[in-house]
Amino acid sequence: MEVTALLVASTLRIAVPYVFAAVGGFYSERSGVVNIALEGMLLTGGFACVLAAWGAESAGVNGTAAAWLGVVAAAAAGTALGALHALLCVRYGADQIISGLGINLLAAGGTKFLLTLAFGSSANSSRIAGIPTWEIPWLSDWSVTRVLFCTPLVLLAGAVVVVSHLVSRRTPFGLRLHAVGEHPEAAHSLGIRVARLRWKGVMLSGALAALGGAWLALEQHQFTAGMSSGRGFIALAALIFGKWTPRGAALACLLFGFAEAVQIQLQGSRIGVPSQFLQMLPYVVTMIALAGVIGRSRPPAALGRALEP
Amino acid sequence: MRIAVCWALVLLTTFAACGDGGEGDDSDALRVGLVFDIGGRGDKSFNDSAYRGLQRAVEELGIESDYLEPAEGADRETGLREYASRRFDLVIGVGFMFSDDIVKMAREFGDTYFACVDFTVSYDNDGSARALPPNLVGLKFREEEGSFLAGAAAALVSDSGIIGFVGGMDVPLIHKFEAGYRAGARHVRPATQVLAAYAGVTANAFKDPAKGKELGNSMYGRGADVIFHASGTTGFGVFEAAREHGKLAIGVDSDQYDEAPGHILTSMVKDVDVAVLETIRRVHAGEFQGGIQEFGLREGGVHIVRDERNRDLIDDAVFERTQALADSIARGLIHVPKE
Repeated sequence: MEVTALLVASTLRIAVPYVFAAVGGFYSERSGVVNIALEGMLLTGGFACVLAAWGAESAGVNGTAAAWLGVVAAAAAGTALGALHALLCVRYGADQIISGLGINLLAAGGTKFLLTLAFGSSANSSRIAGIPTWEIPWLSDWSVTRVLFCTPLVLLAGAVVVVSHLVSRRTPFGLRLHAVGEHPEAAHSLGIRVARLRWKGVMLSGALAALGGAWLALEQHQFTAGMSSGRGFIALAALIFGKWTPRGAALACLLFGFAEAVQIQLQGSRIGVPSQFLQMLPYVVTMIALAGVIGRSRPPAALGRALEP
Repeated sequence: MRIAVCWALVLLTTFAACGDGGEGDDSDALRVGLVFDIGGRGDKSFNDSAYRGLQRAVEELGIESDYLEPAEGADRETGLREYASRRFDLVIGVGFMFSDDIVKMAREFGDTYFACVDFTVSYDNDGSARALPPNLVGLKFREEEGSFLAGAAAALVSDSGIIGFVGGMDVPLIHKFEAGYRAGARHVRPATQVLAAYAGVTANAFKDPAKGKELGNSMYGRGADVIFHASGTTGFGVFEAAREHGKLAIGVDSDQYDEAPGHILTSMVKDVDVAVLETIRRVHAGEFQGGIQEFGLREGGVHIVRDERNRDLIDDAVFERTQALADSIARGLIHVPKE
């Protein structure tokens, strides 16, 4: 029972950055813009969060408030990177993969450069206070409910999924986003401003992915170089796995998180399985899932296609 | 037109970057070029340690030095080639990732000496070790010996009799740390249970603190009270878990006490600076020797930290015991396994 609880709690914590990034990816890709820059957006979000929180703490702001300021700064930095991606892909019709790759390299080099500049180390930043878990009677006593209901950013991630699900199905914005990603010319002929919608989608995508980075940094109370460690790409896989829907993507993220949590728990307990096999677990799960369990995952028809001028 | 502008920009930045590199080699001083691993200067770890060795050589031997930090994902060959083609006397690559490229470069530039920190020997199909070019020295550390002391210290201070090990990338270089740690723990307390886990199978495993924290949580949750990590910045996550659980961790490569004061029992330090300085000294004295050179307890290449900061965590009796073990290992009385 105790082990199961630890496993569930661990799954949730691992899934949080995936969920933010994957749902972020949803907004970009549904509008027709491939976003492999999620990785760089996560990383940048983490750095912006720590930099802002540290700056605020140095200026005498209380630790928790500073951390929340960091979260806002992360979203802002992510939005800026999203705007850059949109500028290149939507405004100038650049290849979306190349642009994404460029942003990832920029984020990797840029955060490290600024890290050295601000904190005098290429490894990690100074320590920040972070956002404490809420102490609520009953709820915060058990590991699962403690993570699920008492951790502000976990609640935020859940809210993002629910809201995105509703936006996707029930709002004019969501429906137009679908239209623009499937058939931009048709959407255009109906009076939808395709480019503007794509800008919104990509910027929103950056903001959400950056929140995932903020979570990573706040959990560690610091930024370390390259700390996103490929999570943006896993999130992208989760998005495809989840058939480009927020709900599907979130479930896929939970599955990936679960596979990783199992792998972590099993590694320490000597069960005689070589660790390489356990390391493969999340990826094997992905492949099996993609190979048939979920059926065909169809991308938005206009994904990756630049707009005709 | 646009392409021309792009070309102009690229060329301009290239020239700007090479601006200070054009000096001739008319001075008599020994010229040493050092290429860092990912992380680069300021990593508070072995890159910084290598740099300290270089600085000491500048001060003590009056050599000229230069260094490069390769960008993320850039191929390491370029940096090595840069120095070799500028006719530096000695080119040092910091990190096992250089192992393949540096052999190639040493063959190509026979007049230049090369050294590689943490060199990994490659093997032919028939299982025999490939010979090194005569102008290359592979600097290896017997990490298992330092890890043995870390394991002994961990087992001696553990109340539960359960201790943990978190490795970065699942490769033989890191297995040495685990093997030594286990052997050390079992040597002083045979009943000690050692939990071991690795963060991944790619280079990302050395920079994933979130994964490190989950691994740490899992081990502390199962009763471990000391965890030794050999996992780059992934280990910062282990330290974070140690803080949250109020337990202890052991640092690696350099003294990591400051990363979590009060929770770092000790650190297993690899004295990369000693190896770098020693290599430069040999070239300087005209006594360069190719091949593999090992730095262990006997050569002063590894040690565990004890100073006024961790004196309360690791008491006199424990420390004296580890020093006695270090002495036995240096004199060859205890054999430490590598795997």
